Amino acid sequence: MLKQIEGSAAVAEAVALCRPEVICAYPISPQTHIVEALGRMVTDGRLAPCEFINVESEFAAMSVAIGASAAGARAYTATASQGLLFMAEAVYNAAGLGLPIVMTVANRAIGAPINIWNDHTDALSQRDCGWIQLFAEDNQEALDLHLQAFRLAEELSLPVMVCMDGFILTHAYERVDLPTQQQVDAYLPPYLPRQVLDPAEPISIGAMVGPEAFMEVRYLAHAKQRQALDLIPSWAEEFRRIFGRDSGGLTHAYRVDDAEIVVVALGSVLGTIKDTVDEMRTGGTRIGVLGIGCFRPWPTAAVREALQTAKRVVVLEKSLAVGLGGIVSNNVAASYAGSPDRVHTVIAGLGGRAITRQSLHRLLGQAVEGGLEPLTFLDLDHALVERVIARERGQRRSGPIAEGILRDLGVVAARAG
Amino acid sequence: MFEVRIHGRGGQGVVTAAELLSVAAFREGRHAQAFPSFGSERTGAPVVAYCRIDDKPIRLREPIMAPDALLIQDPTLLHQVDVFSGLVPDGYVLINTTRSLDELGLAEFLGRFRRERVCTVAATELALAHVGRPVPNAALLAGFAAIAGRISLDSVEAAIRDRFPAKVAEANVAAAREAYRSVMRNMQEVAHAEAD
Repeated sequence: MLKQIEGSAAVAEAVALCRPEVICAYPISPQTHIVEALGRMVTDGRLAPCEFINVESEFAAMSVAIGASAAGARAYTATASQGLLFMAEAVYNAAGLGLPIVMTVANRAIGAPINIWNDHTDALSQRDCGWIQLFAEDNQEALDLHLQAFRLAEELSLPVMVCMDGFILTHAYERVDLPTQQQVDAYLPPYLPRQVLDPAEPISIGAMVGPEAFMEVRYLAHAKQRQALDLIPSWAEEFRRIFGRDSGGLTHAYRVDDAEIVVVALGSVLGTIKDTVDEMRTGGTRIGVLGIGCFRPWPTAAVREALQTAKRVVVLEKSLAVGLGGIVSNNVAASYAGSPDRVHTVIAGLGGRAITRQSLHRLLGQAVEGGLEPLTFLDLDHALVERVIARERGQRRSGPIAEGILRDLGVVAARAG
Repeated sequence: MFEVRIHGRGGQGVVTAAELLSVAAFREGRHAQAFPSFGSERTGAPVVAYCRIDDKPIRLREPIMAPDALLIQDPTLLHQVDVFSGLVPDGYVLINTTRSLDELGLAEFLGRFRRERVCTVAATELALAHVGRPVPNAALLAGFAAIAGRISLDSVEAAIRDRFPAKVAEANVAAAREAYRSVMRNMQEVAHAEAD
């Protein structure tokens, strides 16, 4: 059924259709609307049987999800930003224990400085934790990925993170096609755990493993993730058969067939990039887009194939490996058959900085002319940066950078844009 | 694509207005995307929300920088925020105020836009009269339906009824209808004045 609803509401509906048995949550923007909506569904009996557990922190949220999942329940939680960092130890444990928890991450920057806006730093900080990480381009895909996430998680006994851009998607009202319970039941079979804590047949989960087998356990986690690379496309195909639309999959290629320049990105910015690319195509530029739908496992072969014709690759990412440059671009460069110096890193949209068509035209125009630097910070205010550097050069006690830079800008309180 | 930017203050239902507009457009079979300018909104702080309407799916995620229509929920913002920034030359402007454009000191500035596309409506007063609270958004949306003709009053009413409990919805619908009539009357006066 077509509905015009908020992204968070769409995700809550999707999660409810997956019949979770335990939902634990701790509120943090911008994921709060999702678990609030699920909480209401549990209270009014629409979502049953399901236990909604309010916990005292994100660490507790993931710990409760681990316990619930180990006891054989389909478990769900959601978080963002510092919340994800606070639960990090348990996030690694969920993956290491092979528990198929599904978690929404409503992507948001990490402080300091405090910033509640969108970028991908939170999810990418956990890229090596062993969770599968899927990224949604729009709210329809965010909804659909949750259905696929439970299926994937439970088939592989691995937790899955569904990443959606905080505010940009979570708080956007747009049209979504809500599936029926019948469709979801046909796609997602009941959860059959590989391991379950059952008082009738006691086992333990979480043994200490020494040097004799630790590497083997880690290798098996890696092998499972590589197995997901085969399962994800075939399940996206099955999804299309049941639900009648394309959603999910490893990568989304757009106008790449004869493209000399390919822009690679994750998440909702892909829409703005596609609109820009359409305009550039009209002007005769052979340019295309590659969306990464699955960041972990990294789809090496699919990326290599999509970049076959590309003479230049521009990776635009909402994350920064401080001291190196790009995170996504590093992965892309390792999958590109051409010369790595043809892969350009563009850091964009950090802390909610708007990524506009105008800026993209300027940036991609430079790429067309061959003048794009290896590493670019899109729309960086160089003058502002210079002022801070000059201040630090001029005096030892130059003070805190964030406060100084806001003073330079004459900003009383941070605002969007 | 038609792009609407709504300016107001925290507590006036600015974000809700954009969402309702998107629902109204959706009911007419259009694609619509509503989103707030995200921030730590506080009661009284300037707030901006956006709504795009199109006949095809909307992929663009940038803020609306060149709006086709501006809805200004709070005229005190006129001196604090550059609300008119980027407005297209043949754009629509609807301001919630009991004062005239002359009294607001805007007559000359807004003179460069098409006269029949610039209008005021006493949305807060209508909300106080019908809803009992200073929430001008429903009335302003109905005013937008009147001035731009992009969505029908029926769709605005349906979006309001979708969103609110029956009693609150009907009060807002009453405010919306009166705002619609007021803006229609205002536009007819402009048309007559220009015919003379």
